[in-house]
Amino acid sequence: MKATVKFFAAFHDMTGRRELDLEVREGLTVSELYHDLRARFPRLADYGGSLLFTVNAEYVPADHALHDGDEVAFIPPVSGGTHAH
Amino acid sequence: MLISITADPLDPQPFIEHVRRDESGAVALFLGVVRSSNLGRRVLHLEYDAYPQMAEKKLRQVAEEIMTRWPISDIAIAHRTGRLGVGETSLVVVVSSPHRREAFDACQHAVDRIKEVAPIWKKEVWEGGEAWIEGEGQPTLHPE
Repeated sequence: MKATVKFFAAFHDMTGRRELDLEVREGLTVSELYHDLRARFPRLADYGGSLLFTVNAEYVPADHALHDGDEVAFIPPVSGGTHAH
Repeated sequence: MLISITADPLDPQPFIEHVRRDESGAVALFLGVVRSSNLGRRVLHLEYDAYPQMAEKKLRQVAEEIMTRWPISDIAIAHRTGRLGVGETSLVVVVSSPHRREAFDACQHAVDRIKEVAPIWKKEVWEGGEAWIEGEGQPTLHPE
């Protein structure tokens, strides 16, 4: 089945891509997908547990399984002005 | 209610006009503006990147949440993307209400929530370097 991955902000810098169409196996979770992508794009950082995932523009847990045609994105902590004051 | 993600310069006036009502005795306006220094570094410019479809959806959810929680007349939120120089406006939040307290409170809460849930990131570019600024706050899972 197919999935589309979108890369924003730091992920765009780390992969040099905005979007990637992938053939993925049924039942692959979003965190497994990120793990697989790290093999292909070694610059992708290990965010540990702080990385968030979205599928079809909604936040999902790390163990969320993908379905055919899903659009996936990875979300580091969102920009906040707070720590910069 | 008006929600906008745009690469064009932000002028607050149309948003003020959009939320203003005859019943509104107060219109609170917040502008997020690029400042010239951060952590002792002289900032040259910022670059904002967004997941546009999701950002628009999340900003709309924040606006709906604010409308439910406070007795305000209307709210408008606009976020700029792309490259912004010092002094340029990155965020506009405008709230109208019959009385000022609700307008202030709702506006402040909206700005805080936007920072928490909107998939919008900023890269700070200074003399000799650049970095994506990752905030303290993290988006809440399933914030709705």
